[in-house]
Amino acid sequence: MALQEKYKELIDAAKASGTTNLQVAEQDGVLHINGIAPSGEVKDQLWNIYGKIDPNFLTGDVVMDIQVATAVEGAKLKVVTESSNLNIRKGPGTDQPIVGKAAHGEIVTLISKMNEQWWLIRTDGGAEGYSYAQYLKPV
Amino acid sequence: MKLKHLTTSILAIGLLFMISCKSKPKDSDIQASVTTAISSVPGVTADVKDGVVTLSGTVNSEEEKTAAENAAKTVKDVKSVSNNISVAPPPPPPAAPVAITADDSLKTAVNDVIKDFPGVKVDVKDGVLTVTGEEKAARWKTLKMALDALHPKKVDASGLKVK
Repeated sequence: MALQEKYKELIDAAKASGTTNLQVAEQDGVLHINGIAPSGEVKDQLWNIYGKIDPNFLTGDVVMDIQVATAVEGAKLKVVTESSNLNIRKGPGTDQPIVGKAAHGEIVTLISKMNEQWWLIRTDGGAEGYSYAQYLKPV
Repeated sequence: MKLKHLTTSILAIGLLFMISCKSKPKDSDIQASVTTAISSVPGVTADVKDGVVTLSGTVNSEEEKTAAENAAKTVKDVKSVSNNISVAPPPPPPAAPVAITADDSLKTAVNDVIKDFPGVKVDVKDGVLTVTGEEKAARWKTLKMALDALHPKKVDASGLKVK
């Protein structure tokens, strides 16, 4: 319960922002927060609050997985790599051959989600394959 | 003659007064009896006014509420029982345990994640991801988001140097 107090601002913000399927549970000294945010902005906002309470996320007392509700099939995604191109692979895994690349900042289309980590995407240039979801943000 | 009459009257009035006193039981006595009667149901208190018992307090079930009322009704001289006991809502069911990804799946996924983070090493053991090495703050945030999304038990970054 102490962790829920420490991260009260974060939990309250998640509730207030319309995050659905919100699950907040403390287990073995770690607060697990899961939910589906209505937009990428809300996800960013929640991570910023988390980073404010626990600078640089170094305490290790929270595991937070916030998915974004707008990341549905057909949705437009922006490539949010640090600066490099995003690899598009034949299959879901970094051991899979690269079949194409999407530029940093490019907008691509979500075809389907293999799982939470690997999404099948298509670029406007026609390249199609799997990319790591962490670098794709719904727009 | 007159005096005798008066004495009789006073006696009669006195007697009536005594009878009326006796026929009206004291609320405090009833309250004591009711309190004893309902002692088997904790959390309930009784107030008595003119023989009418008012029960209040909070119990855990409807059964306890009814039991307290029935116990109060058995007490002598109780005219009626007003049952104001509230029933506490049942405690929420224990939360389902958080699903933690198995180590094998975590290792595969972690390897995919950290390919883009050459300065960082992530060890997987019993669901705990131990992060070491060094990384820029913004990049570490990206990595932390990716690692958390794998549903580990914990992400221990105490050995990570954030630049």
